[in-house]
Amino acid sequence: MDAVRISGLRHSYPKTDTEVLKGISLSVPERLIFGFLGPNGSGKTTLFKILSTLFVSTSGSVEVFGINTSRNPYEARKLIGTVFQFPSIDLKLTVDENLRHHGHLYGMRGEELNSRIDEQVERFGLLEKRAEFTGKLSGGQRRRVELAKGMIHSPKLLIMDEPSTGLDPSARLSLWETLCELKESSGVTILLTTHLITEAEKCDRLAILNKGEIIASGSPKKLKGEIGGDILTVSSHSPLEFISRYKEKYGGNPVQLNGKVRVEHENGYRLVPELVDAFPDLVDSITYGKPTLEDIFALRTGRSFWSGGADKNE
Amino acid sequence: MRSVPDVLSGAAGQIKMSNQLLGIATLWQREMVRFYRDKSRVIGGLVPPVIFWVFIGSGFSGSFRVGTGDGMNYMVYFFPGIITLIFLFTSVFSNMSIIEDKVQGFMQSVLVAPVPRYVIVVGKVFGSTTLAFIQALPFLVIGYFAGINFRAEMLFEMVIILFSIAFVLSSIGFIVAWVLDSSQGFHAIMNMFLMPMWLLSGALFPLENLPVWLEWMVKVNPLTYAVAALQRVIFDPGLITTLPTMRQCYIVIFVYCAVCFLGALFVANRGNNR
Repeated sequence: MDAVRISGLRHSYPKTDTEVLKGISLSVPERLIFGFLGPNGSGKTTLFKILSTLFVSTSGSVEVFGINTSRNPYEARKLIGTVFQFPSIDLKLTVDENLRHHGHLYGMRGEELNSRIDEQVERFGLLEKRAEFTGKLSGGQRRRVELAKGMIHSPKLLIMDEPSTGLDPSARLSLWETLCELKESSGVTILLTTHLITEAEKCDRLAILNKGEIIASGSPKKLKGEIGGDILTVSSHSPLEFISRYKEKYGGNPVQLNGKVRVEHENGYRLVPELVDAFPDLVDSITYGKPTLEDIFALRTGRSFWSGGADKNE
Repeated sequence: MRSVPDVLSGAAGQIKMSNQLLGIATLWQREMVRFYRDKSRVIGGLVPPVIFWVFIGSGFSGSFRVGTGDGMNYMVYFFPGIITLIFLFTSVFSNMSIIEDKVQGFMQSVLVAPVPRYVIVVGKVFGSTTLAFIQALPFLVIGYFAGINFRAEMLFEMVIILFSIAFVLSSIGFIVAWVLDSSQGFHAIMNMFLMPMWLLSGALFPLENLPVWLEWMVKVNPLTYAVAALQRVIFDPGLITTLPTMRQCYIVIFVYCAVCFLGALFVANRGNNR
């Protein structure tokens, strides 16, 4: 059974005409880490809010393990654990208290809840911190409390919005180790949104979002395989002239992005000296590389992944 | 979008009643723990009203006359007004946390938990109501030692009045906090209403011979009835002719309870697709 089945999902905010999600259909198989990759403004967060049952979509449906989230929200919610981009733990409460309140909201109590809390603090390495106020913990530790909280009722689906927001690089790495371990040990399906290419690379499956539409989906490897060849990035003082002369000679479909020309070619490394020979006065520099998820985005949308105003260093 | 009746009956039926009550209890408990840990709130809710009572009370004592008679102690007259003030501030402002909780914080995870929205309303409103009682208790003790003569049956009636008015005020606080998205805005709006509401409640002095428009504002003000009811319980109002009867007080306060609580349920149940 699919963990999530989204069909024809559309959403626009009240009193606006713009559609944030323009008909998304997608299935997420069980026991995977599935990522929604997209630049800022691509509709990721709206999608997350609909999946977490916070919003009801304008049209279309979402099923979580066969349960329709808008018709049976309470049944669906029992199956879903949610980790928000902004912390949802109460900083004035201890780790244990946070988990206890959250367990209560899911109808857990007594011995069942106690042993589940014990299990969670151990699994997420919070044993020594359990009696501390969460306000005193580090960013990475807080995120682990969030995870412990999201997993308290043993959901079959864990959804996370930009899980590594505000984490330093080492905390990000350990978060991913935890996620992979979690997937293996508990069999939970993890669905996350991200605007980080490096993070998307680690997912088992991906869907790339652009302006409310899915422009590509599959495993990162498969997606990159679609491009087939290598990617050359040429910087030229006159990109348009380079593009037209390149097309005359080699055909293909070079695109201009951020003042540079991006060329896809089967044997890119052989093309490098040829290009320098052919257009000596037009080529300032050439970079050679294997295709990345960024290239797929550029290829499908004709624009740079970062042109939406997102900060590349983030 | 799910509407109020839907949540009260249909969909909420999917969740066991005991789990709904557990949800309410856990949200209520959180309010208590947070309050207890925030010592500044404990002090800030009690000390200013006491200072108010002592300062304004002693200042007005000399010139205070009810009707043609005399002999009424102003400190006694002012006492119900100050209890109302404590209830007003505690129950309204303890709802302010909703704003931060909703945008980023604890409330996000409550909203996706398998509990109906009314659980949030009840947990929060009862939490605020309880806090108001906790805040007012020391003041009642001070009042007792300052010479206000509480009898057991008086206390019972006071609890009913205070509980109802706290319920009204918490619900109003809940509605405003739920709709707004900045705590500065909440402060601004609430201050705009709260102080005038209190001043026009008869807390400071009997409201007699008012211009018509002001009289109407007094009449629709729920605090008027809370203050009047408390005054009737605590002392014999005798010559204050404008005071509503006990029966009127109860009817108005209970109607406000129902309206405000339903209002809170309504806003909480609106879809939050914004």
